Amino acid sequence: MSKKVYVARSPRIAARMLGEEMLVMSAQGSTLFTLNPTATVLWQAADGATPLDEIVESRICSEFEVKPEEAMRDAEALAADLAKHGILLISEEPIPSKSPVQEQHRP
Amino acid sequence: MSVLMQEMGERALRLGVPFSVQLDLTYRCNEQCVHCYLDHDDHGEMTTVEIKRLLKEMAEAGVFILTLSGGEIFMRKDFFEILEYARELTFCIKLKTNAVLIREAQAARLRDLGVESIQVSIYSGRPEGHDAITKVAGSFRRSVAAIRFLRAQGLKVVIANVLMTENMRDHHGVRVLADELGVKYTLDPTITPMMDGDRSILDLKAGVSELHTLFRDEAYISNVDEFCAPPPAPDADSMNSLPCSAGHTACYVSPYGEFYPCVQFPLSCGNVRQQRFIDIWRNSEQLKEIRSIRLRDLSSCSQCAHGSTCTRCPGLAFMEGNMRGPSTADCEKSFARTGIPSKNLLAKKETASPPPRQLVQIQIVPAITGSRLSGIGVPASAVAS
Ligand code: SF4
Ligand code: SF4
Repeated sequence: MSKKVYVARSPRIAARMLGEEMLVMSAQGSTLFTLNPTATVLWQAADGATPLDEIVESRICSEFEVKPEEAMRDAEALAADLAKHGILLISEEPIPSKSPVQEQHRP
Repeated sequence: MSVLMQEMGERALRLGVPFSVQLDLTYRCNEQCVHCYLDHDDHGEMTTVEIKRLLKEMAEAGVFILTLSGGEIFMRKDFFEILEYARELTFCIKLKTNAVLIREAQAARLRDLGVESIQVSIYSGRPEGHDAITKVAGSFRRSVAAIRFLRAQGLKVVIANVLMTENMRDHHGVRVLADELGVKYTLDPTITPMMDGDRSILDLKAGVSELHTLFRDEAYISNVDEFCAPPPAPDADSMNSLPCSAGHTACYVSPYGEFYPCVQFPLSCGNVRQQRFIDIWRNSEQLKEIRSIRLRDLSSCSQCAHGSTCTRCPGLAFMEGNMRGPSTADCEKSFARTGIPSKNLLAKKETASPPPRQLVQIQIVPAITGSRLSGIGVPASAVAS
């Protein structure tokens, strides 16, 4: 059985929904990103406690009508990419939350 | 500003979102700068609870960039509690401070909290020059030490200098210091009238000949020929353009909860102690009026040769008595840049103008030293200034 992967939003990023897109700024290098709808769902669900495969199954497959294997492959690549930019943390263990306010505000 | 940031600002404008807000946490300060226009007494600042409620409302309204300023932000005992909560709400935080109270521990905490940038006011490259402006002995040494602590944590620091008669010969020294510290440097010649409408402080303002020299200094202006070229005649697009971001994608809240279009535009639009932030943003009659104004509606400016390139600040114009009128400080900048007198300056020459009227419409004028507005003559954009 493959190992579980946990993802959490980095506590050092700034983020806000602007229209349909999530705006994310990483404190590392003050770089600004916009997340597409799939990345936004992944990012919002990344609570450090829910394994990536569960996020893919419960949030991504259902919302975007993609096959689980395909969705998982894309999600892993996406998570790695977001981690590279300091937006997401990835671990094989659950990641304790540093940010008590978890919900994202929409205008 | 990055292209993406500009795009986001434009989207915020289309969506009517208050993308960027400056919140002054206090007007109290541990320095007494000669050019400061604030009343430093505490007239009833918002409590921690009130500020937290406001932050929540701002996050819900879509505010992304939150600038915390003052007065001196570290004068508030609850500063880190406020900052921590603001970061939990995932704001992009910019701080403005004199940094006198920042030591290693504070710098490390700012880093851990993911603060985007810290702007520190430095007025001279010489300790005695800086301290003469802040009127606090040792302030230069402490502020510079703080910048080193912040840099050691990998934080982004911007040195902001206000150009005035007192430090006219010192700005190169500040630039050298900024280079040595590895930080960005901004220089701003804007001096703002005092809170009670007293304009005598404007005597500190750099004169046209000093601005003329500054605008031709390649250390600050990358393309002097282009920057100082005669302006193109305003076309239909510029006639329909917005003056700046104030009230469109940006606004300001004072320590007393007063809501203004900008820190430099003291037209009260409501108070967040009595109304929800989003209700003021959406429904204030003052904001609606500001949002309706285009260059074509401005009495002198629509007729002025500089209309399309001028940095005219509607807040400074308002403080001169008419938010649709010219801002003399910007007329002087346009003249110093191009040698072409503005419509306003020409009119003033023809008729000796009466003294500017007192700011009777102001209850509490928001904070800020000129240092908080960076840039030395780049046209104000509708996205962020
Ligand atoms: S020009 Fe700049 S300082 Fe003046 S009101 Fe507009 S945003 Fe504020
Ligand atoms: S130079 Fe003066 S009159 Fe001309 S557009 Fe600027 S503020 Fe208006």
